[in-house]
Amino acid sequence: MGVTSAAIAEFATRMGDNCLILGHRDSEWCGHSPALEEDIALANTALDHVGQAQLWLGLACEIEGRGKTADTLAFLRDASGYRNLLLVEQPNGDFGRTIMRQFLFDAWHLPMLKALINSSDKRIAEIAEKASKEVAYHLERSTDLVVRLGDGTRESQARMQTALDFLWPYTGEMFLGDALDDELEAAGIAPAPASLRPAWDQHVGRTLAEATLKAPDKSYAQKGGKRGVHSEHLGFILAEMQFLQRAYPGAKW
Amino acid sequence: MTSEWPLWEVFIRGQHGLNHRHVGSLHAPDAKMAIHNARDVYTRRNEGVSIWVVRSSDVVASAPSEKGPLFDPANSKVYRHPTFFDVPDEVGHM
Amino acid sequence: MYAQMVKTDAAKVKSLDEMEPQERAFQERIDAGQKIEPKEWMPEAYRKTLIRQISQHAHSEIVGQLPEGNWITRAPTLERKAILLAKVQDEAGHGLYLYCAAETLGISRDEMYGQLHSGKAKYSSIFNYPTLTWADIGAIGWLVDGAAIMNQVPLQRCSYGPYARAMVRICKEESFHQRQGFDILTVLCNGTPEQKAMAQDALNRWWWPSLMMFGPSDDASVHSAQSMAWNIKQDSNDALRQKFVDQTVPQAKFLGLTIPDPDLKWNEEKGGHDFGEPDWTEFFEVIAGNGPCNRERLEARRKAWDDGAWFRDALTAYAEKHAARETPAAAA
Repeated sequence: MGVTSAAIAEFATRMGDNCLILGHRDSEWCGHSPALEEDIALANTALDHVGQAQLWLGLACEIEGRGKTADTLAFLRDASGYRNLLLVEQPNGDFGRTIMRQFLFDAWHLPMLKALINSSDKRIAEIAEKASKEVAYHLERSTDLVVRLGDGTRESQARMQTALDFLWPYTGEMFLGDALDDELEAAGIAPAPASLRPAWDQHVGRTLAEATLKAPDKSYAQKGGKRGVHSEHLGFILAEMQFLQRAYPGAKW
Repeated sequence: MTSEWPLWEVFIRGQHGLNHRHVGSLHAPDAKMAIHNARDVYTRRNEGVSIWVVRSSDVVASAPSEKGPLFDPANSKVYRHPTFFDVPDEVGHM
Repeated sequence: MYAQMVKTDAAKVKSLDEMEPQERAFQERIDAGQKIEPKEWMPEAYRKTLIRQISQHAHSEIVGQLPEGNWITRAPTLERKAILLAKVQDEAGHGLYLYCAAETLGISRDEMYGQLHSGKAKYSSIFNYPTLTWADIGAIGWLVDGAAIMNQVPLQRCSYGPYARAMVRICKEESFHQRQGFDILTVLCNGTPEQKAMAQDALNRWWWPSLMMFGPSDDASVHSAQSMAWNIKQDSNDALRQKFVDQTVPQAKFLGLTIPDPDLKWNEEKGGHDFGEPDWTEFFEVIAGNGPCNRERLEARRKAWDDGAWFRDALTAYAEKHAARETPAAAA
C-alpha cells in the first residue's frame, strides 16, 4: 500500500467516525425529543449520518484491502482507534446543546464536503457529492433552529449561550491540520483544514449575531480525536454500541 | 406559557408533475418551520418535491371531500420497503 | 391491539327505527360504506369514542418507541441500526398522523398528551413489557407489529375519513416493520446456539402478551357491538386472535421455535388452532398500571414533554415576535 492510499484510508476513517459518532448521539434522542416533528427530523439527520458512516468506513476498508467491513471498523475498534473530532462525542445535554453541536459541526461539514467534491480521488468525490445534499439540509435546519432558540425566550437564549460556551473549545480541532492533512492537500485529495475556517467563521458569526448569541472571545482548543486521544465519553458510547459484537464474538446478526 | 404550535395542512407535488396533493397535517410554529417539518415528516427526504403548507385555520372548505393520502417513501432508504426483506414462501403472508 | 377495550358510552346498540332522523341518516351512510368527514354531523358518542380510540392508538405508537428505542444505540450492525432507527422514527410518524386525525374531532394534541401524562388515557398493554435482548426487537416486529397489522388493515376502511386515511399510510409502513422483525429472528435462528436460545427466550416472553394485545373476549360487549355498528371496529377480539395464531404458528415452525403453549394444537374440525387462555389477571394488572415497565414508560414520556417545554415555548415566542415585526401594517 502506497503512502497516499494509507493516508486516504485514514482520512475516510476520520470522516466516517465523525458521522458514526454524531449519528449515534443524535439517535439517542429518538422517542425523547421535545416534539414529534423534531423527533422525526433529528432521526432523519441521524439516519443520514449512519448512511454516510457506512460509505466512508466502507471506502476505508476497500482501500485497506484486508477484507474488513464498515461493521468491523465500527464495532471492533477500541476508542484509541477512533478518529472522530471531540466535538461529536460530547454528551447530548439538553436539546439546545444537541442542536448547537449539530450546527457547529454542519457549518464545518458542508464546506468540507463541497471541497471534497473536487477531490482528485473519485471515490471521495462521489461520497461527498451524495452527502453534501443531505448536509446542506442539515445546516439549513440547524442554522434556523439556532437563530430561533437564541432569539426566542430569555430562558432559551440562556440555554443556547450555555451550550455555545460549553462546545466552543471543541470547535478549534476542526481546523487543525497535521502531517496527514498536508499530504492529502498536496495530492489534491482533501482541503487543508485551515482553509475551511473563513467560511465557517462567516456562517457561524452571522448566525450567532442573528441569534443574539456571543461566541467566547477566545478559548483553548481541545484536541486529540483525530489521532485517537478522546474524551472519556467515547469509551461509554462504544461500550454500548459494541456490546453485542463483543459479547458474542463472531456471531452474524 | 405553553400555547400549542398551530396546525398546518401539507400538500406535496411529487417528481412527475402531478398536482399538489394533501398528504396530512403537522404542527409548527410558523410557515418556514412547517415546510421543514413537512419535508422531514411527509417526504422522508425525497428530493425534487414541492411542498405547500397552509394553516389549517385558513382553509376554507365547502364540504369535507379530501382525496386519499399519497405515500412517498424515500427511494434511498430501501429497507423501508417490505420487499427489502426476503420472506420464504412457506412462511406465508406477511 | 393498539386500542384496547375502548368504551362507547352505549348501553345498547340502537336499531335504525329507534333513531332520530339525523342519527338514522348518519347510520345509513355508514351502513352504505360511506365515509364520515370532519365537521359533518355525528352523534356525540361516535365522536367521543373515536377520540378515545384514535388517541389510544396514537399514544401506543409514541410509547411504543421506547422499548425498541432502547436498542437503537446497541444494534449489532450499522444496517440494523439504520433499519431500527427508521422503524422507531416511523412510529413517531404514525403517532403524529393519528394525533392529527384525532384533532379533526375537536381535541388538541396537547390535551391528548395531558391525558396520557396524567394516566387518564391508556395505551396498549404490550409496551409495558421490557426489551431485554436484541431478539426482543425481532419478536416485537414479528409478533407485536404482526398483531397490530391484523387490526389496522381493516381499519383502512373504517367509517371516519381522517382515521381511515391515516391507516392507509400506516399500513404501508407497518409491513416493513413486521418483516424486519422476522428477518432479525431468521438470522438469530440460523446463528449460534446462544443466538437461537435468545430467539426462543424472546418468543417465550412475548407470546402471551402478544395474544393479550387483542383484549379479552368481547363477543358479549355492547361497546364492541356499537363500535362495529359504527364501522370503527370490524372484527371481534377472538376472531383476530384466532387469525393471528393461525398465521403465526407456521412462521414459528419455519424459524424452528416452539410456541410456549402446551394446549396449542391444530383443530381439523374448525380449521384453526386450539390454544390456551392468556392470563387475564396479568392483563388487567398491566392495564391498571402494574406491568413491569408502566412507570418507566410514563416517566420517560413525561420527562420528554417537561424537558422540551422551553424548546417549544422558545419557537412559539420567536414566531410571534417575527410575525409582529414582519406585518406592521396588519397590526395598524
